[in-house]
Amino acid sequence: MGYFLDPFRPRASVVHALDPRVKLGLTLAFIVATALTPPGAWPVYIVLCALALAAALLSELGVGYVLARAFLALPFALAALPVLFTTAGTPLLTLPAPLALTLTVEGAARFIGIAFKSWLSVQMAVVLVGSTPFPDLLMAMRALRIPRLLAAIIGLMWRYLFVLADEALRLLRARESRSAAPFDEPGRRVGGSLLWRARVAGGMVGNLFLRAFDRADRIYAAMLARGYDGEVRALPRPPLRAGQWAVLGAGLAMLALLALAGLLLWG
Amino acid sequence: MLFSPVPMHIPDGFLSVAVSLVLWVGVIIVVGYALKRVNADVGERQVPLMGVLAACIFAGQMLNFSVTGGTSGHLMGAALATILLGPWAAIVVMACVVGVQALIFQDGGLLALGANIVNMGVIGVTVAYFAQRTLHKLLGKWAGGLFVSGFLSGWLSIVVAALACALQLALSGSSPANLAIPAMAGIHALIGVGEGLITAGALVFLKAARRDLLEEVPAKVVGGKAVWIGGLVIAAALAILSPLASAHPDGLEWVAEERGFLDLAREPLYEIIPDYVLPGVANEALATILAGVIGALLVCGAAAGVAYLRRNRAQSSGV
Repeated sequence: MGYFLDPFRPRASVVHALDPRVKLGLTLAFIVATALTPPGAWPVYIVLCALALAAALLSELGVGYVLARAFLALPFALAALPVLFTTAGTPLLTLPAPLALTLTVEGAARFIGIAFKSWLSVQMAVVLVGSTPFPDLLMAMRALRIPRLLAAIIGLMWRYLFVLADEALRLLRARESRSAAPFDEPGRRVGGSLLWRARVAGGMVGNLFLRAFDRADRIYAAMLARGYDGEVRALPRPPLRAGQWAVLGAGLAMLALLALAGLLLWG
Repeated sequence: MLFSPVPMHIPDGFLSVAVSLVLWVGVIIVVGYALKRVNADVGERQVPLMGVLAACIFAGQMLNFSVTGGTSGHLMGAALATILLGPWAAIVVMACVVGVQALIFQDGGLLALGANIVNMGVIGVTVAYFAQRTLHKLLGKWAGGLFVSGFLSGWLSIVVAALACALQLALSGSSPANLAIPAMAGIHALIGVGEGLITAGALVFLKAARRDLLEEVPAKVVGGKAVWIGGLVIAAALAILSPLASAHPDGLEWVAEERGFLDLAREPLYEIIPDYVLPGVANEALATILAGVIGALLVCGAAAGVAYLRRNRAQSSGV
């Protein structure tokens, strides 16, 4: 079992076995195709939803797990709520006097479209990170030409994310054992004034920063000791095999057709 | 529990493809340049230093303090990173943090990642840099100056980033500008207080524990002209777009149509261009909230300009 922050779930599935570059490419294409689909193109949404479900099923991560994780991003849909009432079109129902807002069919289609798109995109991203270990994902990102230096920084960040997250949890535990734990009972009075609590949290953040600075120094010294000279070296990426190219090409073509159909028929 | 302390990570589906791609191009340019600048400053130490500090900001976002009942104040970290590391390093660090949040934890979308890095990385850092430099000049001698400048730069970085986020949503047609802008600014004016307090608390702690960190680093990594110009462009864009958007209910679309890029971007996608008319909302009231925020920003900008000129004169007269 991995660290609680790590979303990777090892399984012996088809999706896990797919090359990370193919997976990343197809996920990005799926998200772009979803974003391009106009509101009201319900058949296209259904096909996209079927694709996301198929990916979740094939990955053996558990459809429930994927759907539940995908719901995390949904509260943001609140930001799109006003389009229900501000989009011009056929009125559907009118709220009573103090609000006097008119819900339109077009507005509803637009809002549902936005929320659904965001939900589908997150599902695909959950499948991607659930089925791909982070180093493989980083390799796929380098194949997409993100700067080598940035890839190295993100790789190191990933390596120390868990160390520093543990450090932060230790700081929280230390505070909890010395002052009142505020989250156990909602009604309980918490210690100190608001300003004092904020300063304590600030001190903890500052402390975390100091430890991170020191750690960065130690890591740099260790890297130097092992011959680091500022050049980030990585193994050459193995070329994609013909079968993997075929999967990538077929997937991209299908998504392009889907997006095109949505744009032409409902745009 | 652990993620999204600040509800500003835009998921996929909320931004139009055109807006997302434009912001992606912007991010590639800015982060690429920032990487170069940091490399010139710290050289081969960059990889371990930036990597660990990005992990640190990520973990620091887990630290919170309770406000009342179940609500709590959190840290985003752009302001603290800017004050401790300088603007370019802070942009690199925040880009890594926001990128990993999106990629691994689905906190913000992948297509929308460009926009999220622009808001929390580039804009948050630039605003914090401006605010901190300016206030540091104005309040330098006063003992409470560190606390006040830390608090205000933290608060401003959140509020202005939220404004930018609302503008992007409005431009994409996902949320009407006359509602999204004041709502985002209002919510984040509150959330920003938590950010400001933690930032200030961390600075006070660091001043007591490691005075050298606060005195050396900002002096060593000075922003240069590009940051000033970038800041001015952002401030000007927000100052022009925001009042327009909330004064005209459909001001943003009007601008977009005038320029013709809306047709280019949207015509094939949507037949109905929605006009954001909401009966019964007094736009004057909403505009007032905004005017306050933008006013504060402009005052900061003006003060920064004066301070900058004065510094230049002091340097040229050899004092």
